[in-house]
Amino acid sequence: MSSWLDRLFHREAKSAQQAKDRLALVLIHDRTDLPPGTMEILKNELIEVISRHVDIDPAAVRIEMSQEGREQRLLADIPLRTKQRRRAGD
Amino acid sequence: MPAKVVTVTSGKGGVGKTTATANIGAALAANNQKVVCIDADIGLRNLDVVLGLENRIVYDLVDVIEGRCRLRQAMIRDKRLPELYLIPAAQTRDKSAVSPSDMVRLCNELREEFDWVMIDSPAGIERGFRNALAPADIVIVITNPEVSAVRDADRIIGLIESEEKGPARLVLNRIKPSMVKRGDMLSMEDVLELLAVELIGLVPDDEVVVVSTNRGLPVALDGKSKAGQAFRNIARRLEGDQVPFLNLDDNGSFFDRLKSLIRPGGN
Repeated sequence: MSSWLDRLFHREAKSAQQAKDRLALVLIHDRTDLPPGTMEILKNELIEVISRHVDIDPAAVRIEMSQEGREQRLLADIPLRTKQRRRAGD
Repeated sequence: MPAKVVTVTSGKGGVGKTTATANIGAALAANNQKVVCIDADIGLRNLDVVLGLENRIVYDLVDVIEGRCRLRQAMIRDKRLPELYLIPAAQTRDKSAVSPSDMVRLCNELREEFDWVMIDSPAGIERGFRNALAPADIVIVITNPEVSAVRDADRIIGLIESEEKGPARLVLNRIKPSMVKRGDMLSMEDVLELLAVELIGLVPDDEVVVVSTNRGLPVALDGKSKAGQAFRNIARRLEGDQVPFLNLDDNGSFFDRLKSLIRPGGN
């Protein structure tokens, strides 16, 4: 009935897709008993520990959960800052 | 052959545990299997009304466990399906009247006499659920394609695994193909991807279920209804048959198809 209206006004993501995306996150946190807030604390502590040894860009660090079947894993993507090498003669 | 004990559970209430227990039980009995259904929802008894046997209750599960009657006296025989029996829950007691070991003992006694023991679990994850889970050989988790039911199903599946009663088998109930088609309901594929368990049944939302429950006649005995067919298929899969899942796309009425012709592109 309102489908042409939806198209006119850039319709929202389908509600089933929203449900699926929201559930995917909720289930990960339910299964691991790791609430989203704790993930943030964990990320900050990780950054602090790693920064003591190597130079990293805290803003680029990504910590996320991934799901394989009914198993979860924690994935950390921590880009290292490359040192600017001095060229000979500079 | 000793019976297999099948527990039907869900976490969330109102997703169709009792209807599924009654209908899978009836479908098995219609296939000449000897079946006893146990209502483990002490205090909130309902399997009796869904099966249409509420007027014949004298003794209940707690009477058996507390020794006030013999097991045989608490078993109500369904007159339509002579191989289908019900052990009703007590209505004026609570879950603490029964323990998991009571249920194991009771089911061991029933195993010798039946092909299938079907247990209707209460909602929740507490004592009543533990009682229903303890004797299970096969656990069926039933859910609906909506966020709260899927979330609770996931929680229950985790508990079943940690009790080493897995792998749980999933029944996705009350699916509305037209809503799935227009992207407003989680599809079977979505739910399976989220829960990562094996599917054993796909039951469409069907008004006939309400009507048959009103009458106390399991819909599985209605040869024409799609939901009835879906429950009969679950029974056959439990018996080990390979049965393809119902194609739910083709049940649009003439009017639905006409509408989709007028309004294309709503995929």
